[in-house]
Amino acid sequence: MKHLFVSGHRGCAGCCDAMATKFTLMGAGEDCIVVSPTGCLEVMTTPFPETSWNVPWIHSLFENAAAVASGIEAALKAMGKKGNTRVVAIGGDGATMDIGLQAISGAFERGHDFTYVCIDNEAYMNTGVQRSSGTPFNASTTTSPAGKVSFGNQRPKKNMPAIIAAHGSPYVATTSLAYGKDMIAKVKKATETPGPTYIHCHAPCTTGWGFDTSKTVEIARMAVKTGLWPLFEMEEGEITKVRKIGTPSPVEDYLKMQSRFKHLFSKEGGAEEIAKIQAIADKNIDHYGL
Amino acid sequence: MTTKGKLEMEKMVVVEGSYAVAHAVKICRPNVISAYPITPQTHIVEGLSQFIADGEISNCEYINVESEFSALSALVGSSAVGARCYSATTSQGLELMHEVLFNVSGMRLPIVMTVVNRAVSAPINIWNDHQDAISQRDTGWIQLYAEDLQEAADMTAQAFKIAEDKEVLMPAMVCMDGFILSHVYEPVVLLEQELTDEYLPTYEPLNTLDPKKPLSFGALADPNYYTEFRYLQQKAMENSLKKIEDAANEFYDVFGRYYGGLIDEYQTEDADIILMAMGSIVGTIKDTIDNLRQKGVKVGLLKVRAFRPFPAEAIRKAIKDAKVVVVLDKNISLGLNEGALFTETKSCLYNTKNRVPVVGYMIGHGGRDIRMNTIENIISEAQEVMKTGIKLESQFTDVREELL
Ligand SMILES: Cc1ncc(C[n+]2csc(CCOP(=O)(O)OP(=O)(O)O)c2C)c(N)n1
Ligand code: SF4
Ligand SMILES: [Mg+2]
Repeated sequence: MKHLFVSGHRGCAGCCDAMATKFTLMGAGEDCIVVSPTGCLEVMTTPFPETSWNVPWIHSLFENAAAVASGIEAALKAMGKKGNTRVVAIGGDGATMDIGLQAISGAFERGHDFTYVCIDNEAYMNTGVQRSSGTPFNASTTTSPAGKVSFGNQRPKKNMPAIIAAHGSPYVATTSLAYGKDMIAKVKKATETPGPTYIHCHAPCTTGWGFDTSKTVEIARMAVKTGLWPLFEMEEGEITKVRKIGTPSPVEDYLKMQSRFKHLFSKEGGAEEIAKIQAIADKNIDHYGL
Repeated sequence: MTTKGKLEMEKMVVVEGSYAVAHAVKICRPNVISAYPITPQTHIVEGLSQFIADGEISNCEYINVESEFSALSALVGSSAVGARCYSATTSQGLELMHEVLFNVSGMRLPIVMTVVNRAVSAPINIWNDHQDAISQRDTGWIQLYAEDLQEAADMTAQAFKIAEDKEVLMPAMVCMDGFILSHVYEPVVLLEQELTDEYLPTYEPLNTLDPKKPLSFGALADPNYYTEFRYLQQKAMENSLKKIEDAANEFYDVFGRYYGGLIDEYQTEDADIILMAMGSIVGTIKDTIDNLRQKGVKVGLLKVRAFRPFPAEAIRKAIKDAKVVVVLDKNISLGLNEGALFTETKSCLYNTKNRVPVVGYMIGHGGRDIRMNTIENIISEAQEVMKTGIKLESQFTDVREELL
């Protein structure tokens, strides 16, 4: 099989963005055009004059990937070149859930035939681990640090898949880089479904979350097993498939593997905060029937 | 004015300026149009939408984007796929595009955009001046300014030709004055399809996003490489100087209409006083000159069509025998108290032997009417400058002291 995303890039050892991108392209196939907003993935894969991309690829700005993708799709249609070519945007959580949200909303509302893949490593990694609206409750980042009077990020993650589903997207799915086959299959389905489709991939970042470079997959799997990251598919706005997790692991098992949560285990009142995170997992388990 | 050709009366129809431009865009066979409505640009995009609704533009998609930022961003993608791309905006919309403007130029995407010039907020004001486009001067877009409806429409075809030239590959703005040109009805000759097809070849991009030949666009250039990208953009701008002249000359050959190339001159040959300006004010100035010439005042006009690339050579040559140069600007650099054309004209004379005095007037902000007697006053002040030298280098025109 031809490698569509090749090594030699400047990502950290064990980089989540690289792994998730590889799976994305395995699902999308070689007849695609990729758009990346600014972020780790873009910076690490295209240090001029080198590139990791064996598919046509374009980076424009941080907040406009979905608009650029719209333009590509429209141009292919106008010039009679669309054929089976898939247009795929691959963006970080910051590019997707924060600064690029308006462009994404526009592109989904207009119904362009494209797939948007969010690689959610739960902070602005490229600029040094600042908080995004994908940063989970109580995680310490450089702009939501734990401190004497703070347990870190005060807000839960924004529910991006629900926002996309509300736009009437025919196919929305969550996935995780720990489940490569799941991700490849979902990307394939998304790119084969006409209209604007969405994949949200949970992607632990060794540098930003603070864990050993060999543990990326393990941590991603633990997020799923605790119920903190539910894997599901939505078709035409309805949840059609959920990955069962059996007996859930306690969230502590997940939290203690990462230094972004270490204050929860050393600060007074930490146990109560961990209980709040457990409540988020419990709610997911209940809501999605994990 | 260098009126080489004569307008063919029998071909003329009375239309609104915006319609003439929308029609010109249609005739240029765009593949993707992406725009967001804003006064006074709206009639252009409404016109184009109607053409699309009536099936009058083949092989074209119109993207109804959710903002100007996305309007231009979408065209980044479209142009990179090899589409001929068009947008239109003004004022707040143009300012919202600021980041994308640099990006388009840096990626060498020859997008053409009409800027229906309008003042910028605050205070909010929908009327004409040039602050919007001038504020985007360093974004790497070619900027052409039209004097009248016919020129604004015809300039659209010229802009595509210049921008898409392989030695240029830079985006271009066609600037036309809001309301004064966009909302006025006048007899014009609409671009003919056959002649335009002859004038404007189909766009042949050098590189495109193509799964059969994967390329990476928009890579990270570190300090080892960035300078050369900027240098090549500057070279492209320099190349466009000649292409702007060529596009005007070829347009004349095919259509029989000519408005100047980089600049145009009116009664400058023996002029002691030369006024410089861009856009629709040129018409008022010409009328004023006609009046004063009858009274023996040796005054002429240098119309600047291309503000970027800046036609320094052409300007130097045109004003070499003047005794005083007066630059009128519908914009101001706050804190410098000068308009951009004035500043740049002065700077292109420095380091030359020409010591002609240059004075600047900032005029017509936010659509304030510019009357012939205002121009006459400016010219009589220029006569004073000829006699006694510069007293006030740059100043606001028509400030209502009673409001201050
Ligand atoms: C308009 C704008 N604001 C800010 C930045 C700085 N910036 C570049 S990448 C980035 C964060 C990217 O975060 P995310 O999208 O989550 O991707 P990651 O790097 O985490 O994979 C920021 C803040 C920018 N390039 N452009
Ligand atoms: S900081 Fe995280 S996302 Fe960025 S390259 Fe390193 S591992 Fe990948
Ligand atoms: Mg991120």
